[in-house]
Parts: sequence; C-alpha cells; structure tokens
Amino acid sequence: MSTATPIVKGRHGRSRASRRLWSVLGFLVTVVTTFLGLLAITFFIGRVVPIDPALAIVGDRAPAHVVERVREELGLNLPLWQQFFIYLKQALTGDFGTSVLTTHPVMEDIKRVFPATVELATVGTIIGAMFGVPLGVLAAVKRGSLIDQLVRLIGLIGYSVPIFWLGLLSLVFFYAKLQWVAFPGRIDIVYEYTFTPVTGFFLIDAIMQGEWEIFWDVFRHIILPASLLGYVSLAYISRMTRSFMLNELSQEYVIAARAKGLSEARIIWFHALRNAAVPLITVIALSYASLLEGSVLTETIFSWPGLGLYITNSLQNADMNAVLGGTIIIGAVFIGINVLSDILYRLLDPRTSR
Amino acid sequence: MTLLTVDNLKVTFPTRTGRVEAVRGVSFTLGKERLGIVGESGSGKSQTGRAIMGLTPSQAEITADTLQFSGLDLLKISPRERRTLRGKRVAMILQDPKYSLNPVMTIGRQIVETLKTHEALSMKEARQRALAMLEAVQIRDPERVFDLYPHEVSGGMGQRAMIAMMLVCGPELLIADEPTSALDVTVQLDVLKILDKLVAERGMGLIFISHDLRLVSSFCDRVLVMYAGKVVEELPSADLRNAKHPYTKGLLNCLPTIGSDRHPLPVLERQAEWRL
Repeated sequence: MSTATPIVKGRHGRSRASRRLWSVLGFLVTVVTTFLGLLAITFFIGRVVPIDPALAIVGDRAPAHVVERVREELGLNLPLWQQFFIYLKQALTGDFGTSVLTTHPVMEDIKRVFPATVELATVGTIIGAMFGVPLGVLAAVKRGSLIDQLVRLIGLIGYSVPIFWLGLLSLVFFYAKLQWVAFPGRIDIVYEYTFTPVTGFFLIDAIMQGEWEIFWDVFRHIILPASLLGYVSLAYISRMTRSFMLNELSQEYVIAARAKGLSEARIIWFHALRNAAVPLITVIALSYASLLEGSVLTETIFSWPGLGLYITNSLQNADMNAVLGGTIIIGAVFIGINVLSDILYRLLDPRTSR
Repeated sequence: MTLLTVDNLKVTFPTRTGRVEAVRGVSFTLGKERLGIVGESGSGKSQTGRAIMGLTPSQAEITADTLQFSGLDLLKISPRERRTLRGKRVAMILQDPKYSLNPVMTIGRQIVETLKTHEALSMKEARQRALAMLEAVQIRDPERVFDLYPHEVSGGMGQRAMIAMMLVCGPELLIADEPTSALDVTVQLDVLKILDKLVAERGMGLIFISHDLRLVSSFCDRVLVMYAGKVVEELPSADLRNAKHPYTKGLLNCLPTIGSDRHPLPVLERQAEWRL
C-alpha cells in the first residue's frame, strides 16, 4: 500500500535519522557490554571452581613436576588478569580450548551438538506458539467459560508437572505401548552412517537431499521430545496470550472497530491480536531462548545428542573447557535472541520504530 | 420523516450486588436533525447511544417497546444484519482518538477497512474514497496523513481521522459520544465546525452526547437532559432558559457568566426524588 508520497522533511527529517543512529549505537554498546560481562563471569567462575585443569589432563597420580609443566603450558601460572586477556582473545576467535572428554576442540563439539538442540527447540517452540497463542486467544474471548477453565487447567499441568515425569510417561505410552514414535535418539541407527548431514538440522537436511524415508524417521524421533517442550512453552505462552488479549479487548479501538461493522473474528484475530503480538513476541522469544539453553532433562531422557546433554556430561567429568565454552554459547544465543526480539518489537510496533 | 424511534429503552447490567439499571425507560424520536443528550457521568447517556449502535456489552440486557431505525426493528433483526448496519448506515464517534484508533494500523488503512467491509471496491477505488474523505474533514495533506500512524498525528487531526473513518460509507445516523471532550478548547471548535458542515451537507441525523450543556445547546436543535438513567427534560435548544426541571435549572445556574460578579457560584444540590 506504500505510495510515493512526498514526505515533508525538515520537521522530522534529520533529527529522526540521527536519533535512530544514536539508538542503534546505544543498542550495540549494550549488546557488547553484556557479552563482555558474560565472558568475564564465565572466566572467573571457571577459575574459582575447585577443579585444576592441569590435574584433569594429567590425572591425579602424575608427578609434581609434570603437573607444574602442564600448568605452565596452559598459562595457569600467569596473573589472573593476564589469563583473562588470553582467554578473551581466544574466545573471540572461537577457540574455547580442547575438551578433555572428547579430545576434540570444544568449538567443534558445539558445532556438532548445537544444531540438535536448535532443531529440537525450534520445533518445540513452533508447537508451543502454534497451539498456545490460539488457546490463549480463545480463553480471553470466552473469559470465564468452560474453555477458559480448560485452557487454565492445561496450562497449570504444563508448568507444574515435572518434565522428566511427563517425558518418561509419554515414552511408556507413545513408544512402548502405542509404538507411534521412534526410540530415543535423533535418527535410527540404520541411517546413522548413510546419512551425511550438511546443516546439522536433520529435518532440513533430509528434505534437501530428498530422503523422505529419513525425513519421516527423523520426524518420528523429534516429535515426542519436541511436543513435550512445546507443551511446557504452550502453558506459558497461552497464559500470557490470554492476559495480553484481555487487555487489548478492553481498549476503545475495539469498540470503534465494532462500530465500523467489522466481524468479531476480524476484531479478535486481526485488530486485537496484532496489538497483543507486540509484547507476545518477547514472551515467545524468551521461551525459545530458554529451550535453546539445552533442556537437560528432556535431552537426557530422550538421549538427544544436544547441548544440554553435552554440558551435563562434561560437567560430570570435570571437563571445564567444554562447560565454559557451552555456557558462553548459550549466553551468546540468549543475547542474540533478545536482540532479535527487540528488532521484531520495533518492527511490529510503529510507536517504537519512528 | 422519522429516522429513529426509541420507546421505553432499558439497559440493565447484572452485577455482583444485583441488577443495575443504567438506562431506565428512555423515549425519543429523531429525524434528520441534531439531538443533544446531556447528563452527568453515569446518567446513562452513553449507554443509550451504545444500545442504539448495538454495542452494549453482552452481559447486559436490553428491552424496549420500540427500537426502530428507518423501519427496521433493531431488537428483532439478527446480529449479522445489525453488524451490516454499523459503519454503513449508523456510525459512532468516540471520545479520545488516542485510544479509539488502532495504534498499529495506519490511518489510511483504518478508513479503507470501513469501506471494504461494506462495499465491494478495488484497493485503488477505496484509497481514492478515503483520500477524498480525509479532504472532507479538512486535512490539508491527505496523501501524507493516509500513511501516518495514529500516534504521529495531533488529537485534533486524530479526531478528524476518526470522523473520516466513520463517515466514509455515508451513514444516515451518527452518534457522537463526547466527540470533543478530549480535545483542546481551540481544536474543539474546529472539529465541531467540520462535524456541523458534514451533518448539514449529507443530511444525517445526529445524536450528540455530551456533559457540556452549553456546547450541546449551541450545536443541536433539541436537547434531552438525562439524569439517573431517565430523560428528565426535553427542550428545543433555544428554550433552554425556560427549563422546568430543577436538575436542568441547577446545571444552568452553576455556569458563571463573564462580567457578572456571582460569589459563591451556586452548587448543584441533588434531590433524591429526581431519581424516581
């Protein structure tokens, strides 16, 4: 609908452009500061925990001079601030050291496991938003009705029942009894060696290679854990949607929209939801980010080779490089998602973008 | 030529503490004229307007001996028929454009939306009609305002956009619910003039709801004074000084006049029997 209208300059023109530049700059400074803070905190946590990286490598029966040499090689004899700058330099180039457990560089491990988590979280969030938003809208529109109570109950179960219990139960039911879904894991062992992932997102890889059989198999693996995560985020998203929608439906512009003769459906799904979508974006983004942290319990139950499982395993083996590397990646993703939701917020709400 | 007949209209809200009658038997008829409804807040004037529009909250109960709009029994026709009347043949202007325009839609789109809901038009035709309507409410640069969001225009401009949005389909009856109360005094007059012109040109019936007795009497042909859900007095605007009901008299009495020295101003003393 945009047309070449001559925009009156002068009154807004320059000041608007420079204001915009400043706000972007301020935004970037915030993001960079947060990221540096994240690096500093993870570094110091790594140094404070009573795990000696040198001992973790050589083992506790190594002679003292060997331990000392390894300490020097690792730079652990340097002052803490020097260590931090070395760490910073390495981290910024994507070098988080080598994992003791897997003997691969941590970054390489993360590149392998993170797509699994992203895929699971993405499918989970899609399920959560796809059902959570309409349910929340319905509950708000039919406030106080049976549907509202039902949505409330679904939500209540979703965030009060522990996910490992739901996970185990659903495995018993959908895998063992009904055999609707596949065994835990990402892909059937049959395909494991014939399938070469490109992006690391198996669903996309299978489509790209036209391997429909594999796609179906991957789908059967991902659907149960993703539904479970989706259910938990659905519980949250539907409650938030309901309250945002109740707020919007009581606004004057809704009465004006009715006075114009619009249908209820259009008023609810177009006018009110479009306004509720602004805060809702942040809610969905945060719930997505929390799933990206690697849902440790879900990944453990479903043997999902993702970031959560990787960090848990590393932690149990005192593999500090891997733990810190994973933590930083999670933090960076969290910051990234926040930036993204901020941008979306600005795009959706004209009051903030101009 | 009667446009609207209201006879014994009642609007009742069920509440926790019992039934509250917001409107208790309001009757009037309206032709192609300007009718003012005045009253204090809670007097039922807005609910009367909403009931005619069909915008009463769903939990409320509406009864009337007659509620007829140009031969249509508004209480008998289906909600769908009622909806097609709204925006097309009856329209309503709300108080504050800051809240009554959708903040995330451009003004142009909101006007076009009214048109496209009621008429089969191409996007281009709808745009032309909307631009013409913006010009009719004396917006100087309609092309630019078309693409602005409500927060980017002033209150007066927003209310003109609201008028444009509601009048674009050419309704026969317009209900203006405190259309100038949220505006600056200087802007109020501009908006009133525009409304006045459009009502006269297009031959609409107008119900002008306000708490401002003076404003209403200078703008309308006839005035209904409401108190506690009832019409306590009906007067031609010119006869305001001959008001009989003590409430109307009391209201008029409270007004200060420039040049006269009345201290203290009389205060309205509500009497219990007015409620009956």
